[in-house]
This record gives sequence, C-alpha cells and structure tokens, in this order.
Amino acid sequence: MTQPERSQWDVVVVGAGGAGLRAAIAARESGARTAVICKSLFGKAHTVMAEGGIAASMGNVNAGDNWQVHFRDTMRGGKFLNQWRMAELHAKEAPERVWELETWGALFDRTPDGRISQRNFGGHQFPRLAHVGDRTGLELIRTLQQKIVSLQQEDFRETGAYESRLRVFQECTATRVLKDGDRVSGAFCYARDSGDFFVLEAPSVVLATGGIGKSFKVTSNSWEYTGDGHALALLAGAPLINMEFVQFHPTGMIWPPSVKGLLVTESVRGDGGVLRNTEGKRFMFDYVPDVFKEQYAESEEEGDRWYDDPDTNRRPPELLPRDEVARAINSEVKAGRGSPHGGVFLDVSTRMSPEVIKRRLPSMYHQFKELADVDITAEAMEVGPTCHYVMGGVAVDSDSAAALGVPGLFAAGEVAGGMHGSNRLGGNSLSDLLVFGRRAGAHAAAYAGSLTARPAVDDVQVDEAAAEALRPFSAEDGAGTPSVPAPDSPGAQAPPAQAPPTEAPPAESPYTLHQELQQTMNDLVGIIRRAEEMEEALVRLGELRARARRAGVAGHRRFNPGWHLALDLRNMLLVGECVARAALERTESRGGHTREDWPSMDAAWRRVNLHCALADPAGTLAAADPERGQIALTRRETPPVRPDLLALFEKEELVKYLAEEEFHE
Amino acid sequence: MSTSTGAAASATSYEARFRVWRGDADGGGLHDFRVEVNDGEVVLDIIHRIQATQAPDLAVRWNCKAGKCGSCSAEVNGRPRLMCMTRMTDFARDETLTVTPLRAFPVLRDLVTDVSFNYEKAREVPGFVPPPGVAAGEYRMDQVDVDRSQEFRKCIECYLCQNTCHVVRDHEENKTAFAGPRFLMRVAELDMHPLDAAAQAGLDRRRTAQEEHGLGYCNITKCCTDVCPEGIKITDNALIPLKERAADRKYDPLVWLGSKIRRRGAASGPGA
Ligand SMILES: Cc1cc2nc3c(=O)[nH]c(=O)nc-3n(C[C@H](O)[C@H](O)[C@H](O)COP(=O)(O)OP(=O)(O)OC[C@H]3O[C@@H](n4cnc5c(N)ncnc54)[C@H](O)[C@@H]3O)c2cc1C
Ligand code: SF4
Ligand code: SF4
Ligand code: FES
Repeated sequence: MTQPERSQWDVVVVGAGGAGLRAAIAARESGARTAVICKSLFGKAHTVMAEGGIAASMGNVNAGDNWQVHFRDTMRGGKFLNQWRMAELHAKEAPERVWELETWGALFDRTPDGRISQRNFGGHQFPRLAHVGDRTGLELIRTLQQKIVSLQQEDFRETGAYESRLRVFQECTATRVLKDGDRVSGAFCYARDSGDFFVLEAPSVVLATGGIGKSFKVTSNSWEYTGDGHALALLAGAPLINMEFVQFHPTGMIWPPSVKGLLVTESVRGDGGVLRNTEGKRFMFDYVPDVFKEQYAESEEEGDRWYDDPDTNRRPPELLPRDEVARAINSEVKAGRGSPHGGVFLDVSTRMSPEVIKRRLPSMYHQFKELADVDITAEAMEVGPTCHYVMGGVAVDSDSAAALGVPGLFAAGEVAGGMHGSNRLGGNSLSDLLVFGRRAGAHAAAYAGSLTARPAVDDVQVDEAAAEALRPFSAEDGAGTPSVPAPDSPGAQAPPAQAPPTEAPPAESPYTLHQELQQTMNDLVGIIRRAEEMEEALVRLGELRARARRAGVAGHRRFNPGWHLALDLRNMLLVGECVARAALERTESRGGHTREDWPSMDAAWRRVNLHCALADPAGTLAAADPERGQIALTRRETPPVRPDLLALFEKEELVKYLAEEEFHE
Repeated sequence: MSTSTGAAASATSYEARFRVWRGDADGGGLHDFRVEVNDGEVVLDIIHRIQATQAPDLAVRWNCKAGKCGSCSAEVNGRPRLMCMTRMTDFARDETLTVTPLRAFPVLRDLVTDVSFNYEKAREVPGFVPPPGVAAGEYRMDQVDVDRSQEFRKCIECYLCQNTCHVVRDHEENKTAFAGPRFLMRVAELDMHPLDAAAQAGLDRRRTAQEEHGLGYCNITKCCTDVCPEGIKITDNALIPLKERAADRKYDPLVWLGSKIRRRGAASGPGA
C-alpha cells in the first residue's frame, strides 16, 4: 500500500453545509490556513434542502421582536432542557449573521419597505423567519459558497493560487480524527472518486457533519446523514449529549411510497395551511398541552383572525412546536381518523388563491405536482411524521464550540448538541449554523495559533485507519461468495439467508444491513417509545454490528458506493445505539422523546443530561459479541439557568418546567 | 421517443428493462438489467434498486432525491435530466430505458462525471461587490428589483444546461473561452443585483461577459432553457438582456450610467 499523501493545515473543517462553510470563512478570515472536506460536491450539502427560513429577531415585520423573545421561544420549544448559554448567544447574534449574508450577495424576499421579509413558523411568537420562497437553504449555501470563492479570488490576486489559504476537498470522506496524546492532530480521509487515502494534518478539527436521519427508514434526510461526525467525536473520546431527542417533523409526504418521508415545509402551516382528519375536523385544537394553553387560540375563528391581527388574537394550534403536532397526527391515525394512506390532510387549497400558493410555496407546488400528481392549489396533501433532525450531538462549550475533553476538536451545526434542548424550533437550525459555525471557526483558528508546536500525526494510527477502511474488501475473500443476492432474486429486500450456504459465513450486503438498521430504528426507537421495544432494538443492533463486521463489497476502490456504505455502517450503528440507550434510560417524555410507558414530563429530569461515550475507548471496536454494547451512559447535572435569563419568564410559566428546589437556588 | 402510459397503468409493479452505461475513462459500454418498478417511482429509485440487488458498485451521484441539490444529472434516453425528478410513468412499460452519463464532461465512473469544469468557471466570475458605506442591516431593496436576480439564484447547479449547450457539448476546444449558460447567467445575476457596486470598483461586468466569459459564442438557441429543471428562462431573461446591455454599453455608455444611477437612487441605505 502506498503511503497516504499528507498536507498541513491550521484548521480542518469536516463538512461543507451551512455550519462548515461559515466556520471555514471565519477560520480563514482569522488568518488560519483552512481545509474543508465534504462527502458531496461543493454546494450540495444537506443544508441546500432547507426550505422555510432562518430565524432571527430582526423585527422587520413585527417591531415587538427582540433577542429576549427569541430566547424565550427557543427555551419553550426545547422544554427548558437547552444549554441556555447557547440559546442566549444564538438569539443575540442571529440578526447580525443574517444581515452579513446580504453583504455577501444573498437576496432574501423583501418587505414593502425594502427590508428582509420574515414569516411565521411554529413556536415563534412573531414572524421571524427570513426566507427566499421555500428555498432558503439553497440561498444560504450558495451565498456561503460564493463568499468562499470570493476569498479564493482574493488569495489568487495576492498569492497567485486560488487554494493557498482555503481549499475545499470535495467528494472526500473523513473516517477518523487523529490524535497526538489527548490532542487533535488531523483527520484520516479517502477520496470517493479515486479511493485513495490521505491525511489532513491540523491542530484543530471542526466537525460540521450534520445529522443522523439515514439510520431511520422514513426520513427527510439525504444519504449524507449517516452520523459520521457524531461517530468521529465518540471515537476520538468526546462525549455526545441529548441523543435521545430526535425530531420527527409532523409533515412528510406519505404517498407514493418512493417519496415517503420527503419534507413538506412548515411554511405551509405558517402561511395559513390547516390540518384536518378524515372527518374534516381541525383536530389540533384538541391537542394543546397545558404548558402552551395561554399562547394558542381556542377556536378556529380566533386562529383565523390571528393571521391578519396577531396582536389581539392567539395563534392557531397548527403552529405548536413540532413534537406536539407530530404526536397529535400519530394519535389521530391510531384512532382510525387518518387519511387513505395513513396520514392526515394538510390543506392550503381552501385557504389561499392558487396564485398566492404558487408564489409563496413554489417548491411544494412543484414537488407534489411532479412526484405525486397532486395539485396543492386544488386539493389537500396527505402528510405524516418523518425523521427530520437530531437535537443530540457533540457536547460543546457554549462560547467556543470546543468539544469536551479533546483539545483541538470543535463542533457546530446539527452535529453539536445542547442548543435546541429536547426539541428544535423550525428556522432555528439555519441560524444555529451561522452563529456557531462562525464561533467554531474563529476559536479553532485561535487555538491553532496559540500552540507553540504542531501536534504530530502518529503513523500507527494512520495505518490502523487505513486497515479499517479496507476491511470490507477482504470480508468478501473470507466468504468466497458474492456479497449480494444473485441478480435474479426478487427485489431489494432479499434477506441474505437466501444466499447459498458456504463454509465461511457469507459476506453481508451493506445495502441489506442498512435497510435492516433503518427498519429497526424506525419500528423500535421511533416517534413513540416503549422500554421493551428499545431493549429489543439494542439486541438487534448488537446482531447487526456483528454482521456488519462481515460487510463486504465487490469491485475496486474507485467511486464504489457499496464500499462507502459499508464504511458508513460503523457510524450509523454507533449513533443508533446512543439513541436507543439514552432513550431507554430517560424515563419521562419531553420534546422529541416520547415514552408510552412514561408519558409525562418530569421536572427532575430537566437538569439531567445523558452523556454517551465509548464503553471501551481502548478497544478495537471489535464488538463482535452482540451482547456487549459499545456505548456507556453517564448522568450529568446541568448548571442552573442564569437568573437574569430566568427573569424573562413569568413565574407561573416556570413552575411548569422547573423543580421546586430550583427556585431556591 | 417516449409515450406516457399515465396513471391508468399504475397500482401494480412490473419489470422494466434498463440499459445503464458502465465504465470509466478507459472505456465502457451499456449493461442490461431487468428490474422491478413500483408505484410512483423515479429513475433514481430504479438505479438504486439495481445497486442494492445486482450491481453494488454501480457509481451514481445523488443527494437530496427531491430535485433540490442538482447532483443526480444524467442522460435518460439521450435527454439530460435529473434522475430523481424523472418519473417512470413518463415512459411506456415496454420501453427500454437507456441511462448514460452527461456527455459534455469526462467520465469518472459509470454515471459519475468529472464536473470540475464548472467549478473552474465559477471561480472566474468576480463575486458580489458590496456597496461602500452601506452597513450590514442597512440594505434596502424592493421586491420588484430583486425578482430577476432571484430567478437566477434558483439555480441548483445541476449543470444540465452546461452539458446541453452546443457551444461546448461537442466542442472541447471552446471550453477555455466559454463560461457556459450557468455562469453567464451568474454574471447577469450580479449585473442586475440592485446593490452590486462592481462599477464603482472599476469592474465592468458586461464587458467581461463579452470579452472574458464568451457571451458572443451564444447564439440564443435556448437549448439550455429547455433542459433547466428549475424552469429558469436562462436565454430570455439572462443571456439576451446581457447581450443587449453589453451592446448598450458599447454604443452608448451614458444610457448605462443613467440606469445604474437610477437603480442606486432606489436604495435608501446611507451612502447609496
Ligand atoms: C428537507 C429539510 C428542510 C429543512 N428546512 C429547514 C428550515 O427551513 N430552517 C431551518 O432552520 N432548518 C431546516 N432544516 C434543518 C437544516 O437544514 C439542517 O439541520 C442543517 O442544514 C444542517 O446543516 P449542517 O451545516 O450542520 O450540516 P449539512 O448541511 O448537512 O452538511 C454536512 C456536511 O458534512 C459533510 N460530511 C458528513 N460526514 C462527512 C465525513 N465523514 N467526511 C467528510 N464530510 C462529511 C457532508 O458532505 C456535508 O457537506 C431542514 C432540514 C431538511 C432535511
Ligand atoms: S442559448 Fe446560448 S447558452 Fe443556451 S444553449 Fe443556446 S447557445 Fe448555449
Ligand atoms: S441554470 Fe438550470 S440547468 Fe443550468 S445549472 Fe442551473 S438549474 Fe441546472
Ligand atoms: S438527488 Fe438532488 S437533485 Fe436529484
């Protein structure tokens, strides 16, 4: 094997979504030589899919908005489990981060007086989401991409080379964070096209890899969402928090099957769309929980008046936080009041004129027309919950985005935990990416600059990482049979048991393993959870882990998707176990974690974070024994909310969340 | 080429015949597959099924499967399309579908091509120049003034237009001089941005469109517009106006200057 090529950087950013690109810009502007690495082409990261908007209390549409109101909404949405300092920084800095995008060329939709327009969204008291139709993520990513190109043009003028200070390694995957003692020393990577390995040496690594949704069957997420950053952090010794909190977006497409899970943006409801069951009833009025009673309309008439007169009316309950709406839909379907394909109806056709719908929701119009033969200006959509976002992630310091316990490791965006507590409000992710992406990039650069000597890359670690990445090729040799069912076996679901018996256990198809993993997570650790099911999930994950050791691939290393998936399985299995273990441990229901056997929220759990770490950090991840898990949990108490932030709430509201003794601290 | 069997033919699954190009820079050919098709599926679903059941190392690029990222571009029966937005009901059940990589770019493997040409061209277009003296948060623009550039910013960079334009599709030699429709449109987008201050900075976007990005090669055939999955009127709304503006600029600089000043006047930020 030839030695992997090595290059030296100050900061390596893993991920080129909103968080990664914003981090890279900040690092480069702080003077750090910066490399960005991403699995897809530059400009196609998952952020491109974001639709509804980006939350920032600019007060352009309702002047009553300010950071305090945004902070309050965020804490309520997260059921007070949020890392409050992050929620504070986020609310304070989001407007500047949005305005800055305009100076880089972004073109948001406008208000009549020429400012950035803002729209309503679930859980936000005022119209707060800056948007571009329903393609806000595309605008965000393109603006950041073009800003990076501008910086490279600057570098070209000064140094004669576009990539002298900022380089994007596109279609490359990082499989290990390398360390020198307890510090970060770089990342081990492979190029998807050639299959070649390479090492990016750097004292700072920023994880900005997004989420984990591809571990679930019904999801709005893209193939990139295999939890890589979560796993890279765990393997590097950094704990994850809040992994039990997974957001199921209430409105995914449910028909036809091939688009099941595809997102229907919340803007549909923000702009006036309503939810109905088969009886034609706007059922959300029956599902307003106690903690939100004061803030939501009691009648359809009041809810309808709110769109034009938000000051004297309360918002309709269709705009409750996502966890509430998703659970309500689930209950309606269970009670037999669901739509023909097992969802409920979401209707804009009776609420707005076709012209307005096409202008405000162009991609939704397009998506339903093209993929489902449904004209949303004339008929209702059928929708149901879909796995959308993970609140859990790398435990970080609020101000610097530094991962706990691993100097040089940073995390921002969806891969970081804490900011959103138990449930994220729509629009709060895009702002999170910018606020904490910038902080992570700047702090990563500062940390790199503060070191007197560069951490060294250990050859042994590089060799081990290379061997690990090559395993799937030798798995096949051991079996002596092709790793996939024969061409004539029916359909994608063919169980490997149908493969002819051979002496060595047959190599496993990574595609089959992935499908089984998705089914397990979906059925047993999904939107409504029970102890027995999660225990069952842990057993199945253990078995899958053992089988994944034999995941084999055919062909060679050049652009081989089967190989790439086989490598991603390690990450999905680690992350799946984190979710299942933490969800089993937390005996209450809160935000994106609903226990049928523990249906109420328990104030005593509010201050408990469950930290996930590798059970055997020195081990080789062999874990061939299905019984023994890879993840150990520890309970950590979170610091009390700062008094001036608590003072932003009425006492009557706080008693719903906080334990009695917290008032005396 | 293809006739629609429409919704009447749905509801059951059937077996389709696919011919998929497999190979790399050294050559390759079409491979036959018989594969199951279910209700509502798109070409990308079928490619994925081939991958999961018959050819695990079949290389294909995709990401969102929702027509939003522009990764899954390929040619289906010779027509450049997004595989994730091409429904199987667009074709007769007995028709053999031929799926090949984009023709204008070098093949890396199977359906994946090397699109670095586009990234190089992107780098050659100078970015937005912020108006001096207007602080962040002070930008004021009317919706009517941003509509046009917003249309161009709907671009998902699928490069189908780049692949289709005859100036480069079969003329490798033109690639150096010609930015292609997507990046000429980018010049137009910036030129029509109400607050772009390139002119004040001494950058004449129209002249560079002509002299550096090869606008003159375009003879407004509209093939790029025809394949754009976002329905952007590339030729009518970007390329033709850019040509007119470039001509104006050549013959009557005062007209151009006047329009620039008027547009700046519409903005109310300090210093604008
Ligand atoms: C359909 C949809 C609509 C949404 N709409 C909204 C909205 O309107 N408002 C809102 O606030 N939020 C929205 N969200 C959520 C939001 O889009 C995401 O949470 C956010 O974009 C995540 O951004 P990120 O920067 O953390 O990661 P991403 O944008 O996902 O980027 C991750 C990057 O990491 C790279 N990567 C991953 N693993 C590796 C690896 N091992 N090696 C190298 N690179 C790697 C990927 O290639 C990618 O470049 C939406 C989500 C979905 C799915
Ligand atoms: S209109 Fe111009 S850019 Fe578009 S395909 Fe024709 S020649 Fe090419
Ligand atoms: S202009 Fe249209 S066809 Fe061309 S790259 Fe953009 S989206 Fe694709
Ligand atoms: S996969 Fe994103 S456009 Fe087709």
